[in-house]
Amino acid sequence: MAIRAAVRRAAARSGTQASSLASLAERLLTPHGVDRYLELIDPMLVRREIRGEVVALRRPTRDSITLTVRPSRAWQGFAAGQFVRVTVDIDGVRRTRCYSPAGSAHRDGELEFTVKAHEGGLVSRHLHEHGHVGMVLGLSHADGTFALPEQRPDSIVLIAGGSGITPVLSMLRTLVDERYPGEVSLLYYARTPADMPYAEELDELASRRGVRIHVRHTAADGHFTADHLRRVAPWFARATTYLCGPPPLMEAVRTLYADAGIAGQLHTEEFTPPVLTVAASEAGGRIRFTRSGVDVANDGRTLLEQAEDAGLSPDHGCRMGICFSCTQRKVSGVVRTASGGESAEDDEEIQLCVTAAAGDVDIDC
Amino acid sequence: MTGLQDRLTPEQVEEFGREMDELRARIVADLGAADVEYIHNVIKTQRGLEVTGRALMYAGFFPPAWLAGVGALSLAKILDNMEIGHNVMHGQYDWTRDPALSSQRFEWDNVAPAENWRHSHNYIHHTYTNIVDKDRDVGYGILRIDPAQRWHPYYLGNPVYATLLAIFFQWGVMLHDLEVDRVVKGERKWSEFREERRRIGRKMGTQIGKDYVLFPLLTGPLAPLTFAGNAAANLTRNLWAFGIIFCGHFPADVESFSEEETEHETRGQWYLRQILGSANITGGALFHVLSGNLSHQIEHHLFPDIPARRYPQIAGEVRAICEKYGLPYHTGPLRKQLWSVAKKIVKFALPGSGDSTPEPATVERDRTPAAA
Ligand SMILES: Cc1cc2nc3c(=O)[nH]c(=O)nc-3n(C[C@H](O)[C@H](O)[C@H](O)COP(=O)(O)OP(=O)(O)OC[C@H]3O[C@@H](n4cnc5c(N)ncnc54)[C@H](O)[C@@H]3O)c2cc1C
Ligand code: FES
Repeated sequence: MAIRAAVRRAAARSGTQASSLASLAERLLTPHGVDRYLELIDPMLVRREIRGEVVALRRPTRDSITLTVRPSRAWQGFAAGQFVRVTVDIDGVRRTRCYSPAGSAHRDGELEFTVKAHEGGLVSRHLHEHGHVGMVLGLSHADGTFALPEQRPDSIVLIAGGSGITPVLSMLRTLVDERYPGEVSLLYYARTPADMPYAEELDELASRRGVRIHVRHTAADGHFTADHLRRVAPWFARATTYLCGPPPLMEAVRTLYADAGIAGQLHTEEFTPPVLTVAASEAGGRIRFTRSGVDVANDGRTLLEQAEDAGLSPDHGCRMGICFSCTQRKVSGVVRTASGGESAEDDEEIQLCVTAAAGDVDIDC
Repeated sequence: MTGLQDRLTPEQVEEFGREMDELRARIVADLGAADVEYIHNVIKTQRGLEVTGRALMYAGFFPPAWLAGVGALSLAKILDNMEIGHNVMHGQYDWTRDPALSSQRFEWDNVAPAENWRHSHNYIHHTYTNIVDKDRDVGYGILRIDPAQRWHPYYLGNPVYATLLAIFFQWGVMLHDLEVDRVVKGERKWSEFREERRRIGRKMGTQIGKDYVLFPLLTGPLAPLTFAGNAAANLTRNLWAFGIIFCGHFPADVESFSEEETEHETRGQWYLRQILGSANITGGALFHVLSGNLSHQIEHHLFPDIPARRYPQIAGEVRAICEKYGLPYHTGPLRKQLWSVAKKIVKFALPGSGDSTPEPATVERDRTPAAA
């Protein structure tokens, strides 16, 4: 342990000297690279990859676990609301799932993940059963567009259900940390008081100036209605809203916002992947994998399948939209995504496994 | 010689293929943490030996230290290329989804860039195993190792080419991937290999840079000794890899095939060809690891993407299946296999098909009649 601590201290002493030393070390330790040697001393010493060590762990409810994770040096922070791809090793196989840090973005020296155990869920159950202080996780850089914009909106509504509390709690804690001058309201649905991972934290946050929190227990008081929203944020129509929760809650809120003509002010995050069904009629046009210089006729199946058939081996994991390992940049073209929508945006990050081309598409892959 | 297709009846071939598929499915279903732990331990040992070898070069003025350094570094390079590199690049650990064990990303301590090698080895050699004129590993394009290769006065130099290839094996592999032999013969154009050449340039730079420039310079006045030590380690690895690889397909009795007899092959027939065209080497556990388990060439050719530590575990079963179908299972100790290959290299330097009498001394053959 003493050696590890000394090595870590030495590694932490940075500066230009260290970076030229690092590039010499890379040249000496080619082709494997410095990380492949450092990790044998201590997995947290890696310089390029990001890892996280669990430094604290608690079980706020029967089926959730909260991990405090200290990321390794390559970590670059996150915007409140974003997610991180977390990788664990289960019986020799790396499994990656997304988790949204629940802490304030201003305190990113430590990340807080709250994971709900899903029945039959591979990664969530593994974390519940084998999570321990000292456990090392693989981490990605923070990703996702569900995030507070740099220019904070004047008033903010947060709506969450169940484990969907994590990204919006991060937003609330971030706003409180920076003494956000506007109004912010949180409407939170949990099944019963015993299913609330953040009961005390929410009580404490509710006492802050400008913050209103309304918690509803669906087992006793039913599901989302417009009244609940009006009670906590009568001004919601002029606010920016961030929503994350189970599909029925998402659906109800979306309908309300659409009916009120303010769908553009609603931002959502889905934890569960919708399934992509591709109609054969979608075939047509060409898919160009620009980095590999491969060009194929689009047969309508997912981009991942077509890339593989064309002899490419893009990264992937779950093949069902869960792990985001297959994310690549779409240079141009229209794609149909799992959620049924079409997107024509250039330079957009797409998940190859749940996206199909609608006509000519260029992908940087 | 019995033709490839008439060894077994079509029904037997399919039944045989099914047994092989079942064996494979059983191992695949059992892959897990133990396989990962194994390869991680090999990697740890390899990195440890490498660091030890590099460190010992600082005491290179003391001959025993220099020798120990060369030994450690040689072992590190052998483990890196054989049990780790060759096997990882076959995709044996792709199921772990660990980027450090990914066939597409792994790069070995060898001048031949992984990507070029994966194409010529995984695809060409493993698909067209021992098909003369298709498997470019038959004689590596420079040797005559099979009677079906037409003789030419050039082949009088066979023993010389083989010796040079053994000494410079990593460079040979690198040029082999570039199909230099075919470029020289005018069968392919230099310009077709622009991408491969670019990769080779980069890889050569980094490999030569560390072994022959940076590490020697870092030992200051000992630079010449370090340079020589690193060269010695590369040489040891070259000789070892050459020996193991040549014993895999070229001992007497291992068969080669023509393009015609392998047309429209079924999966069962493909398995059959892998068995007839490969030879194992007997030895202890350490020997198997150092050979990258290529000492189980037969099992490797049947299931190239199953972690190599599984080959010794299934060898008994594979051999029993071969026995059941009256198929040969070529195996023998390294010394005998090497001798057999050496004789072949000399024999085929001369015109004709060499002495065609079988050499029962070189390989153990299980050939009990099919119990049909
Ligand atoms: C952007 C994003 C952020 C996320 N943030 C968090 C977070 O902060 N906390 C958290 O607990 N989870 C979060 N998730 C969900 C998480 O990534 C996993 O999907 C979840 O932990 C289940 O993984 P698993 O391996 O245990 O289940 P799997 O083995 O993948 O699935 C097992 C079964 O559960 C179903 N299932 C999978 N995921 C869900 C789900 N989310 N809800 C209901 N059923 C599901 C599957 O369809 C399957 O039948 C997030 C997901 C995304 C996409
Ligand atoms: S999201 Fe897992 S492979 Fe696409």
